[in-house]
Amino acid sequence: MKVAVLRFPGTNCEFDTQYAFEKLGHTTELVWHEQEQLPSDIDLVVVPGGFSYGDYLRSGSIARFSPVMKAVTTFANDGGKVLGICNGFQILTEAGLIPGALKRNNNLHFISKHQNLCVINNDNAFLNKCEKGEVLNIPIAHADGNYYIDDEGFKKLEANDQILLRYSDKNGTPVVVNGSVTSIAGVCNEKKNVFGLMPHPERALEAILGSEDGIRMLQGFDV
Amino acid sequence: MTAVVNVFLKEGVLDPQGKAAHHALDSLGFAGVEDVRIGKQIVIKLNTDDKAKAEAEVKEMCETLLANTVIEDYTIEIN
Repeated sequence: MKVAVLRFPGTNCEFDTQYAFEKLGHTTELVWHEQEQLPSDIDLVVVPGGFSYGDYLRSGSIARFSPVMKAVTTFANDGGKVLGICNGFQILTEAGLIPGALKRNNNLHFISKHQNLCVINNDNAFLNKCEKGEVLNIPIAHADGNYYIDDEGFKKLEANDQILLRYSDKNGTPVVVNGSVTSIAGVCNEKKNVFGLMPHPERALEAILGSEDGIRMLQGFDV
Repeated sequence: MTAVVNVFLKEGVLDPQGKAAHHALDSLGFAGVEDVRIGKQIVIKLNTDDKAKAEAEVKEMCETLLANTVIEDYTIEIN
C-alpha cells in the first residue's frame, strides 16, 4: 500500500505517521501543502497531527484552503480513503469532509495522556481489525478536541454507524474527557471513506512505550 | 471602509471560556452576572466606499473562512 502523508507549516506528526505505516510494511511519501496534486497510485491519504498555521483563527481553518486540500477533496469524493489524526481531524471537519466541528476542550486545558477508547463501529475500512466494544489504549494530546454536532447530525451519525470511537474507562463505559458530544473520539463521513479521530494511533506502536494498540487500528487500511 | 466582524459560539453551544470567566466574576463578588459569552472580533479594512458591496463581500468572508457556521454565529458592522 502507498500512503501519502500531508505536511503543512506547523505539522509535527508527519514523521511518526510515516514511521507507523512503514513499520506496517507500506511505502509512504510526504506531500507538501503547496502541491496541487497527490502522487499517483495512492491508496490512503493521512492528514497528520500538529498545529497547522499555528491553530490561528480556528484549528485547521486555514490549512483546509491549502492547494493540496483541493486534491484531497477530489480524491475523497472519488471514494479514496483519507484519515485525519488530531489536527488532521480538525482540518477534515473544517473542509466539510467529515460532519461536525471540534471546539476548545470544556476544561480549557491541553490534555496529554494515555486514554482508553471503546470501539463503537468496526464495519469500515479503518477499524475492521478491531472488535466492537473492544477497549484500546491510545495517547491523546489536544486543546481543541471537543467534538460538536447538532442533534439532527448526531442522529444521522448514529443511524449510519459513523461513530468510530468513544473515550471510555477500561471497561468500555464512556467517560467525559474533553466535553465531546456523547464522548465521541472519532467519526467518519457518510460514505465511510474519510475518517477522523483525536487520539494518536501512530504513537501507540511499541509496548515498551505504553501501548501497541495503534497497530491494529492502522492495520485496518491494509490492502 | 472598515468592517467589524464579531464571531460567537451559537446559543446552545457551550462556551467554556465564557463559563470560566463567569465563574471568576462570581468569585470576585460581581453579583447579578447572568451569562458571559466570549467571542472574537475581526476588523477588516476595505478599499471600497460601497457599503452594500462591502457587506456582501464580508458576509462571504465569514461564510468561507472567518466563522465555522457549524458552531458559530457572526455579526457584521460596516463603518
